[in-house]
Amino acid sequence: MTDQIFQGYRGRALETLKKYNVRVWGQAYIETTRGVFRGTVLPRAENDDDMHLVLKIDTGYNIGINITTINTMKETGFKKANYKIPEKEFPYSDDRPNVKLFGTGGTIASRLDYRTGAVIPAFSPGELYGAVPELADICNINTEKLFAVFSENMGPEQYITLAKAIGKEVENGTNGIIIGHGTDTLHHTAAALSFMVQNLPVPVILVGSQRSSDRPSSDAALNLIHASYAAGHGDIAEVLVCMFGPTSDEYGFLHRGTRVRKMHSSYRSTFRTIGDTPAATVRRNGLGHIKKDYNPRRKDKKVKIMPFFDEKVTMLYYYPHMKPDVLDSLVDQGYKGIIIVGTGLGHVNRELYPALERARDKGVAVFMTLQTIWGYVHMMVYETGRDMMAKGVVPLGNMLPEVAWVKLGWALGQTNDPEKVKEIMLTPVCDEITEREPYNGYLVYQGGVNEVEEFVRKFRK
Amino acid sequence: MRRFSPKRNYESTRKKIGYVPLSDATEKDYKRIGFKSGLEVHQQLDTASKLFCRCPAGIYHDSDDYDAEVIRHMRPTLSELGEYDGTALMEFKTRKEIVYRLNNDNACTYEVDDTPPFPLDREALDIALEISLLCKLNIVGEVHITRKQYLDGSIPTGFQRTAILGVEGEIELSNKKVRLIQLSIEEDSCREISDVGHTRIFKTDRLGMPLIETVTYPDMFTPWELAEAAEYIRFLNRSTGKVRTGIGAGREDVNVSCEGGSRVEVKGVAHNKWIPLLSHNEAFRQYALLHIREKLNLRIKDADKYKISYRQVSLNNSDLISDPVKKAFDANMHVYAIKLPGCHSILSHFTQPGKVFADEISDRLKVIACIEKPNMTHSEEIEAFLPPDYWKKISDFTEASDDDALMLLWGPEDDIPTALETVEERIQLALEGVPNETRKSFPDGTTIFERVLPGKDRMYPDTDSAPIPLKDDTIEEIRSRLPESVADRIKKMRKWGIPEDTYKYILSKNLYPLIVSISNDFGFEPKRIGTFLGHRFKNIEGRMKAHKNFNHNIIYKLFGFLHSRGLEFEIADPMLKVLYEHPKMRHESILTTINFRKKKSNDIIAPIDFLFEKFTEEKKSKNNDCATNWLMGQVRKQAVGNINLSELRQKIEQRIKGDD
Repeated sequence: MTDQIFQGYRGRALETLKKYNVRVWGQAYIETTRGVFRGTVLPRAENDDDMHLVLKIDTGYNIGINITTINTMKETGFKKANYKIPEKEFPYSDDRPNVKLFGTGGTIASRLDYRTGAVIPAFSPGELYGAVPELADICNINTEKLFAVFSENMGPEQYITLAKAIGKEVENGTNGIIIGHGTDTLHHTAAALSFMVQNLPVPVILVGSQRSSDRPSSDAALNLIHASYAAGHGDIAEVLVCMFGPTSDEYGFLHRGTRVRKMHSSYRSTFRTIGDTPAATVRRNGLGHIKKDYNPRRKDKKVKIMPFFDEKVTMLYYYPHMKPDVLDSLVDQGYKGIIIVGTGLGHVNRELYPALERARDKGVAVFMTLQTIWGYVHMMVYETGRDMMAKGVVPLGNMLPEVAWVKLGWALGQTNDPEKVKEIMLTPVCDEITEREPYNGYLVYQGGVNEVEEFVRKFRK
Repeated sequence: MRRFSPKRNYESTRKKIGYVPLSDATEKDYKRIGFKSGLEVHQQLDTASKLFCRCPAGIYHDSDDYDAEVIRHMRPTLSELGEYDGTALMEFKTRKEIVYRLNNDNACTYEVDDTPPFPLDREALDIALEISLLCKLNIVGEVHITRKQYLDGSIPTGFQRTAILGVEGEIELSNKKVRLIQLSIEEDSCREISDVGHTRIFKTDRLGMPLIETVTYPDMFTPWELAEAAEYIRFLNRSTGKVRTGIGAGREDVNVSCEGGSRVEVKGVAHNKWIPLLSHNEAFRQYALLHIREKLNLRIKDADKYKISYRQVSLNNSDLISDPVKKAFDANMHVYAIKLPGCHSILSHFTQPGKVFADEISDRLKVIACIEKPNMTHSEEIEAFLPPDYWKKISDFTEASDDDALMLLWGPEDDIPTALETVEERIQLALEGVPNETRKSFPDGTTIFERVLPGKDRMYPDTDSAPIPLKDDTIEEIRSRLPESVADRIKKMRKWGIPEDTYKYILSKNLYPLIVSISNDFGFEPKRIGTFLGHRFKNIEGRMKAHKNFNHNIIYKLFGFLHSRGLEFEIADPMLKVLYEHPKMRHESILTTINFRKKKSNDIIAPIDFLFEKFTEEKKSKNNDCATNWLMGQVRKQAVGNINLSELRQKIEQRIKGDD
């Protein structure tokens, strides 16, 4: 009960409120050594200090009052805010495709959470329609909240739940699936679903937002509009990530789930296809196909769900002069699979060799990926590479390190036989290893050069 | 149709509401209409960096000088209290594509909202706190960064980061105290390059620069009081010496209402001298709108159900293809004939000098429906360009009666639904009285609709920033080095006998501290320094172009030199003229340049006897003043800097008297 009345306050601030009998949402008159303040007492974020009260003053601004300056205060009224996203009934229509939206905790539409000061998502079809009415022109949306976790807390357990839920929804005959997801590990989940859900007859679109939907310039609404189009009308029946193409509100990209990576901590255009081109662009009213080979949409429901994952897999990001005990301790901890993220073409130092041999002898599957992100592991070029292969390290081509980690967990979830694991790892399911890298698969241009500046000024909105 | 002259209607309605020009208005007029106004004064702070990122502040560039562009659309979000803001919904209706131009010299990824905010600039916070203390505000215990929604695109995030530093203060004008509501620190917005149709272009150079906003209560009851308050706040801000000056560095929003009217905000008034006329006209505009309401309410009973009616004009309506209709067709636009029931004589009703109620509709069509002007014409144009029989045809076409007014509206097909809604809404609002609006000002003293006045529903805590505690020590430290208040400065200058006509210049240039330091450090009389700065220096500044390195400290050093060399005050003027253009020139060299030679006062006075004899020989004038002036003229050149000129004059006068 106290929690309700004094939401978020603790320690000395809580004592002060109790002492003067002032509640959260109470209108307060406060005399302090700095003068008189009037306003509504707001909840306080739990992680903030216990020395201040938060007050919303009449002009709508918030201020903090230091409790040690308070001479006296009293509650003069009480009015609790009712924060609710306007819910409108979603106008379903037989003419439009049915799309299922699974919620995992991302912020497509959201409201304020006083406990943490952060935002929490709104989710029901009515709430979504209230926030993004354009959705109703695209498809019929049904929603289901599978769990509410932040992106960084998503893991194998959630991948499996999602895979099964997708399978069930395909059985139910949906025309497309959207998964709302936080962006930090969006590409890990995309990779996991690419392996766990195979032979899809409909699109599975993962979408998030880089700017929470509580701000007018959020990318959430447009991303959701793009995702709805791709899920409901798009012809690519694969696991795809749908996020901003440029940083401007223009078009989105559909990235293949195994080739996509978050490349900037805060840009809207943070997701990029690595070593290839995106599958397509998407706008409010259509897809622009870039890649010609894709799995087209089908009428059947023959999806194959492979919900396997062994959590005893890890990644080792190599640094110069790494000591063998690092690798040894992972092996001793019982890890069955290790993805090394090596330098250059896929190298580690000679000092690690005994540890690599030890790992191989204990039956640990060790694979090599790259810190360079772009390019292929080439262990035949230098002697060191050949030495390492002799010690059981298997190069993974141009598989992205995070994707390799996901795939190894998925492979070990199916078998412990080192040869079979190796075979699974080296047999591409959906482009996690590609045979060739197109020339335009690596485009990290540098600013300052005239032709790049000209391009940026003219085209890169 | 009944005979009706829109021009006469305009004039008679202006008379009816008792509009008088500002120059003829008296306090009585303002009492009659219940003039009430307050201010929101924006002032840029002179910091090295912007407020929430480390881009340099104060570097501007031309509209075409940019490295990249970013496009955004704005979408309304809920406020903290769970409401949508009215302005936000209006802006959403306008469906604008907003383009931002970025220059790498003064903008980074923060400006376009691709990077979260960095910690608030401490230098800016300290300056803002200093001004808050000068405003006698109650300083908050903890600064909470708040997001204030702006969907017009002027800020790429869609909100302005802003925070209250103090509430409930006051300033002291000549006749009264004016209460202050609050002072906030905030990031400045983008500068608009253009706004045509559905595209609005901004540049981001000014965006994010630290700004404070001082908000007064509506305590001003005449335009002059309002102007005085604006000046006072400007001087107060400048008294710290830590704020920016120049075009756009200080801007006022003027809140005006008349009795029974509504708060209307006239935005972005760049010059304080425009304030009286703008507030005057706005109060009378509201008074006129109340008069319109009275008229309409007599004719229209059920205000809630008011509806306009309209018909599309097509090529088939051959007898309706007038000149504007043809032009609209040529531009691929759709044209609608609209009947405004009960609005006869309303469209030509006076609202502002040279403006009528129809302008209120046209302005909104431009802003809300994004249809460029001219976007309409109507049956009560002051300078009619469509003949009465044409309007008779429109009247028949729309089945209108004599009580109705008629409009032709044109625009791109997609904008028509919003346009028709906008017209109807404006009449509905007229039935209620004065809509809450922000209005854009023009140098001629008139205003146009800018947007619906936002409320407190657009506030939202900034979840990207932590609160900043303000400790007592910090505040006391800043308090210990506060400059004197502007009111005290005025009192002191009066006591010292500095002429009143110099105060405005001295305060606006913040020269007061210079008077005090020259007087304290070098023993010159404050009255002489003040007069010198307020007359001679002002004159120099008005006529000559300063070198970029010239600053007030150079004047200070000049008087230090005079003091150390025992030179008289008068030499300051010719020396300063040289320093103003060559601030690095050595003082000794300047003396040579202006042909100064050091002389003892006796040597200067010595030839007076001889000269006076010469005067009495040549000039027959018996007038002593005449003699004194002539003698002063003869010796002045050698005297300046060597002897106090008024002492010299006394000596000459004594000599003449002695001779009598």
